Order: sequence, then structure tokens, then C-alpha cells
Amino acid sequence: MKNLKWRAAILGALILMALIYLTPSLSKELPGWWSSFLPQEKINLGLDLQGGVHLILEVEVNKAVESHLERVVEDLKSDLRKSKIRYVDIRRIGTEGVELICMSEQDPKDIEKVIEANYPDYNLEPPEATEKGTSYRMIISPRAKDHIVRMAADQALETIRNRVDQFGVSEPDIRPQPNHRILIQLPGIKDPKRAIELIGKTALLEFKLVDEENSLEEALGGNIPPGSEILYQSTYDSKTGRKVNVPYLLKKRAPLTGESLTDARVSIDSQYGDPYVSISFDARGARLFERITGDNVGKRLAIVLDNNVYSAPVIRDRIAGGKAQITGHFTMEEAKDLAIVLRAGALPAPVNILEERTVGPSLGQDSIRMGFRSMVVGGLIVILLVALYYKLSGLIADLALLLNLPLMMAGLAFFGATLTLPGIAGIILTIGMAVDANVLIFERIREELRLGKPPRAAIETGYSRALVTILDSNVTTFIAALVLFQFGTGPIKGFAVTLSIGLLASFYTAVFFTRIIFDYLYVHRKRKEVSI
Amino acid sequence: MEIIKPGINIDFIGKRKIAFVLSGILILTTFALLLLRGGPNYGVDFTGGVVIQVKLEQTRSPSEIREALAPIELSDSIIQEFGEKDANEYLIRTTKPEVQTAGLGGKVQEALTAKFGQGVDIRQVEMVGPQVGEDLRQKALLAIFYSMLLIAVYISGRFEMKWLMSIIMALALASAVYVSSLFGAGVTILILIALVVTVGFCWFLNLRYAMGAIVALMHDVIITFGAFALTNKEISLSIVAALLTIAGYSLNDTIVVFDRIRENIGRHRRKNFDEVINTSINETLSRTILTGLTTLVVLFALLFLGGTVIHDFAFALIVGIIVGTYSSVYVASPVLLMWEARSSGAGKGKK
Repeated sequence: MKNLKWRAAILGALILMALIYLTPSLSKELPGWWSSFLPQEKINLGLDLQGGVHLILEVEVNKAVESHLERVVEDLKSDLRKSKIRYVDIRRIGTEGVELICMSEQDPKDIEKVIEANYPDYNLEPPEATEKGTSYRMIISPRAKDHIVRMAADQALETIRNRVDQFGVSEPDIRPQPNHRILIQLPGIKDPKRAIELIGKTALLEFKLVDEENSLEEALGGNIPPGSEILYQSTYDSKTGRKVNVPYLLKKRAPLTGESLTDARVSIDSQYGDPYVSISFDARGARLFERITGDNVGKRLAIVLDNNVYSAPVIRDRIAGGKAQITGHFTMEEAKDLAIVLRAGALPAPVNILEERTVGPSLGQDSIRMGFRSMVVGGLIVILLVALYYKLSGLIADLALLLNLPLMMAGLAFFGATLTLPGIAGIILTIGMAVDANVLIFERIREELRLGKPPRAAIETGYSRALVTILDSNVTTFIAALVLFQFGTGPIKGFAVTLSIGLLASFYTAVFFTRIIFDYLYVHRKRKEVSI
Repeated sequence: MEIIKPGINIDFIGKRKIAFVLSGILILTTFALLLLRGGPNYGVDFTGGVVIQVKLEQTRSPSEIREALAPIELSDSIIQEFGEKDANEYLIRTTKPEVQTAGLGGKVQEALTAKFGQGVDIRQVEMVGPQVGEDLRQKALLAIFYSMLLIAVYISGRFEMKWLMSIIMALALASAVYVSSLFGAGVTILILIALVVTVGFCWFLNLRYAMGAIVALMHDVIITFGAFALTNKEISLSIVAALLTIAGYSLNDTIVVFDRIRENIGRHRRKNFDEVINTSINETLSRTILTGLTTLVVLFALLFLGGTVIHDFAFALIVGIIVGTYSSVYVASPVLLMWEARSSGAGKGKK
């Protein structure tokens, strides 16, 4: 019975492997020698079981193209000034390019020269005469546009990674998706609202001078001077406690932005105990800041984040050393989060939250508890049913069923799969279906025995006849699981994975494992009566 | 122990007309219900919108909750009690596009805490943007389509050795779907086209087994859908997963019977095809019942003990498995018989 020994050895090896793969998931702490050469993969619990946040963000890449074109507009203005070419108007055309309007007297050759020399990524269309003058349209090449879009998406991903890292989530999963989308999974997070705000904030920091030559009242009346804009500071009225929006008339151009930051930290005001964020500039930023403050003593400089004014202090003196403070009525957490987003840098384009799924920790625990409970109850009834129906053979099938569980779990650990609530349902379902293979085999053996075959022959024919059917039925279920895996997301994928692993495990235990025991009993020990 | 005595011979095939009428009524009822309700009751996964599940310390009426939500402009959201009685769990739903949906869970918690005091537990937030909802619906329908296609190919190859033909069928299907997508057809239409083409191909290529299996499978999925329409339960992503699992299980059952038919054709050459089918169903009957029973046992455990989140999922599977067991006996094999009779003309195949 050499053959039987071999099969038993394979079974032993499989069980040992399963135990090894299960150990990291079961034990809290692994001994040091373990991790040096044994697997450390754990079964991950899905967000629906341990609680957490699942987000899908879309990077508004068109906004990145727009802001790139806006910069080109500014650059072109200064290039034209340098070349002493006078222009009537320069503006962005959607996300297509830039339109330049010059007096019709202007020699087109000069303009072409400037554009060709400085903007190789743009195609200049033939000039067109319009009412205002001659129009030159520079269209951005698809390749350059593509590059901007890709850079924006990559940079957004990187920035969000930085922010999440600094926020301190234990095992975040952040990955790019097609169509400039980003998938973010933050397991076990306690304050989802705060995390979502932190991630979704564009965090574009700008320093803008308050326009004090023009009247704010007039601007509010609708007469906004060119080159200026109205932005609001939202604060609390100290008397009524209501939220109020204070308008400011600011110069549109931001001489200094968050790009020049090197660090941002939370500090506490020694007088009132209010938290604020202190920031440091790099060398270029420090020089710029010194010049801006030096040139504008007595005027107000507004600190603007994502088009919200945080404060607009009066510049008392030239500030050297490249340090500044952002004050506002922050709570400690708000100040911390502001420091994080400033350190991690601004997103190159705003992001939209397309999908948000938050599971509170209490629900996750309930799901685990209830899933486990139904698994135990359902499993016990099935085990009882099978043992009653098939007697000793039924007990063998039950043993196979019990072996199935550690094998499945080990399989999940081996593939680093995530266990989700539908996944638990998948396991429970496999328990029900795993019995099927044994039922098929046992029914066949019964049929063969009724035909009067001796135990050994009946078992042999029963197994070989049933095998074809078992294979066929498993393949079709496997196909369904495969498609689910391909098209499903999150929990559904988890279901597909457990279902497939369960199919494989139950195929082995129901067909090969039970056969070992049958062969041992009826071939090796030569029992005469089959208890089935 | 035996439920079914060996040598039993119930005349299943003889009763097939009654079964066809019953199945026909169930399917028509499903379509009527869907028409009446204006389509399936899609959940937030497919329609887009926000669902927030909260647990409160005390029972509150929906109007109280709506009132508490007024400051964050959610006063016209739909409030539903959820789960067991006295669980004080509620679902807050809104599809208002203008509400700033990011981090809405936190805002709801603040608003409710302001009104009811501490002890507001946000159990779950699901926000799906309209684009994503559309995407997910497409993916789900495509998943159902592709699984049917692959299964049809496998069955035709396996049972009739028509691998080449079934692959040709798959290619034809894929191109039919591709061409119609060029004309901007919606996914629902694409699925319908694909189904018509699949059945058409099974017909012309005379793929009898695939035909029987696919008809039974569609039958099971449609009736499960009908059960959802009847109980007005929501179709969510996990229900689609359940539907695909039902497809797999339904086939599982059908294939066991078909396997036996194929085997018995060789064994009983003298018998008529309908007798062979009937014998095969009877021979596999005890397996069909026992497997159905054990699967249902665990699913009922899941339904009653698995908690609210998994409840509908278990419900779908239970309906699907009951219908699937019935259809493998009363739908798949009779369809196979009908086709056999058709293809062999008025010969011996007919009764």
C-alpha cells in the first residue's frame, strides 16, 4: 500500500502548510525566528468587518490644464513685454490653448517668433482678423496636454499618500484607478469626517495683498476692479456665536504661494493658548516674503487657503528669516490637519469624492460576531445531518468538512486575500456546497453496492463516476466566481476569492481526503461492510 | 438513512406541462411587477445618492429625525427604520445632488447629537456619485452577461464536444455586442441582444444541453429578481453577486442531471429519450434533495443569525436555490427533451 502512504504524506504536508500559513493570523505576536524564514501573511479583514473608510476620488485634471494655461497667459504677457510687442488681450480658451489679440498693424512674423521660441508645445493657427484686432490662437499639443494630465494625477496620488501617512493610519491602501481616479481605503479609522476633509482639501496656500486703492463697497456692488477679486473670511461673531462671512477685496495675483514652503508646525500662542500654524519658507520664498513685506509696510497681506481668507494682518515691518504664522480660530485638531496639508503640499488640481463608504467599528464587530455565529450553527446542523444520513461515511465527510475550514483560511492567508462580510457568506455557502461532492460520491457508492458489488469495487467505481460530475459542476461555479472577481469591487471581490478558494479546498477534501480514509478502511484494513 | 427509496420512478417529465405553466406564471408575474413598479428597486450602489445608517439610544420618529437634520438641509431625506424592532436603527437616504456629500456622516452625527444628545452612532455611510452608480450598473450587467456566455461555451464543449462551435458562438456574441455598442445601445439592450443571440445560436447550432442549462439559469435569475420586486427589497451590488452565485448553483444542479442523462443514453439504448431523462432525474433525486437541504440549512442560519447587512444576500440565495433545484428537474431537462424532439423530427424522440 505504498500509494496510500504517499497520499497520507501529501495530506500531512498540506495540513502542516495550512497550519504554518494560519499561525500569523491567529497569534498576536510572532516569535522573532519565525519571520526570518516562515510566511508572515495575515488574513486581512475587510473594511466592512473592521470599520473604516473607502473612498474613490476623481482628480479634476481639466482644472490642472486650465491652471497651466493661466500660467502660460501670464508668461506670455511678460514675454511680449520683453519683446516690446503690444497686445490688446490674452486669454485662455477653455482647455484648448491661449488666444492672443494684437493690433492689426503688428507684424505677424514677430509674434510667431516669440511664440515659436518660447512655446514649442503649442501650434499656432493662422491669424484671423476680428473686431478687436488680429487674433492668434495657440493650441496646446495633445502630447503636452496628456503630460500635464498625467503629472497632475501622479502628483495628486503622491500628495494624498503623504497626507495619509502623516495623519497616521495603520494600513492604508491608496492606489490609482483608470480615468484619473484614486482608490483610498483607510481601515480602522476613528474619525472619518476629519480624514475625508484632510484628503479632499486642495490646500492651495496663497499670500495676496489687500487692494486698498479701490473701495470694497463698490466692488460688492458688482463693480470689481480688473486684477482684483472678492474672497471671504468665515469667522464666528464673538457676540452672537453665529457664523459670519467677512468680505475682502484682494489683488488677484499671488506673489507668494505654498510651493515655497519647507515646513509647517502647530504652535501654541503663549498669551491666549490658541493653537496656530507656523510656517517656514525656502530660500527663494524667504527672499520673496522679505521683499513683499518690505515694499508694503502699513498695508494688509491676506493669507488665503483654497480661496478662503484665514487672516489679513497689517504688515508692520519688513520680515526677514522666512517665517510666518497662520492664525485663525483653530481647534487643536484643525491646526494639526492644516499643518499636515501644508507640509504634504497642495493638490495640483481639486478632487471630487465620487464614492464614499464608511463602516463604523461597532457595525463591523456585529458583523463578525453574527457571521461567526451563523457559521457555527449552520455548520453544526449540516454535520449532524450528514452523519445521520450516511453513518460512518457521513462522519468521514464531516471530517473533510472540518478540514476544509483551516485549508480555506490558509488559502486566504496565502493569497493575502481580504476577508469581507460577503466573504464569510462565501465560506458558509461553501460548507453547504462542499457536502455536495461527498453526497454525489456516496450516492454512487450506494448504487454500486445495491448492484451487489464488493466494497472495494463499489468505492472505486463510485469515486471515478462521481468525479466527472463533480469536476463539471465545480468548473461552472468557478467560472461564475472568476467573472465576479473580474467585475466586482471591494467586498464582492472578497466573496469571489473565498468562493474560489473554498471550491478548491472542498474539492481536495471531498474527493482526495475522504478517499484516503476509505482506502485505509476498506482496502488496507479490508472491512467487509460499508457503513453508508 | 434514506429519504428517497432506490428504484423510485416519479413521472417528472409527464408533469412538465404543469411545470411550464407554473414557471410561465412566475416569470410573467416578475415582468408585470417590474413594469408596475417602474423597474427594479435599485439601491444606492446603482442610483447614486447617500444612505446613512445610524443607531440612536432611544426610539425616535422619522419626523423627529428629519427635524434634527433641518440645519444641514437634509430635512426632506427619507427616514426608514432598519433591522430588528427596538434596535433604534434608522436609514437616512437622500439623492439631493446639491448637498455637499463628502463627510456627510460626520455632519449628520453632529446634527443628531445637537438635537438628541450623546449616543449617536454612525454605523455606516454609503455615498455613491451618479457617475459611479452608472459605472457599477454597467459592470454588474456585464458580469451577468459574461458569466452566461462562458458557461454556455463550457457546457456546449463539455456535453456535445462542440468546442469549436461554441467558440464561434462566443466570438459572434462578442462581435454582436460590440457592433450594437457602436450604435450607442445601452447595457440593458446589449444584454437583451446578447441573450437573444445566445438562444438563437443554441437553436441553430443545435446545442441542446447549453439551451436547457441557459434557459433554466435565466429562469432562476429572473424569478429571484421577481422575489425582490415582490418584497420591494433593494438590488445592491451584493445582490448581483448573489444572483451570479445562483447562476453557478443552478448550473451545478442542472449539470448533475445532464451528466446522468448522457451516461444513461449509452446504457439504455432501447428506451425513449423522455424515459432516459426521467430515469436520470429519479436516480439523482436523493442527491438533489440532500444537497439542496444542506445548502438551505446554512443559508437559513445566515438569514436568521447573520445580522442585517447580510440578510438580503441570504434571502436572494435561498430563493435562488429553491428555484434552482426546481428548475433543474422541471425546466432544464424538459427543455432538453423539447429540443431533442424538434431536431429528430417526428421520429422516436416524440412520445
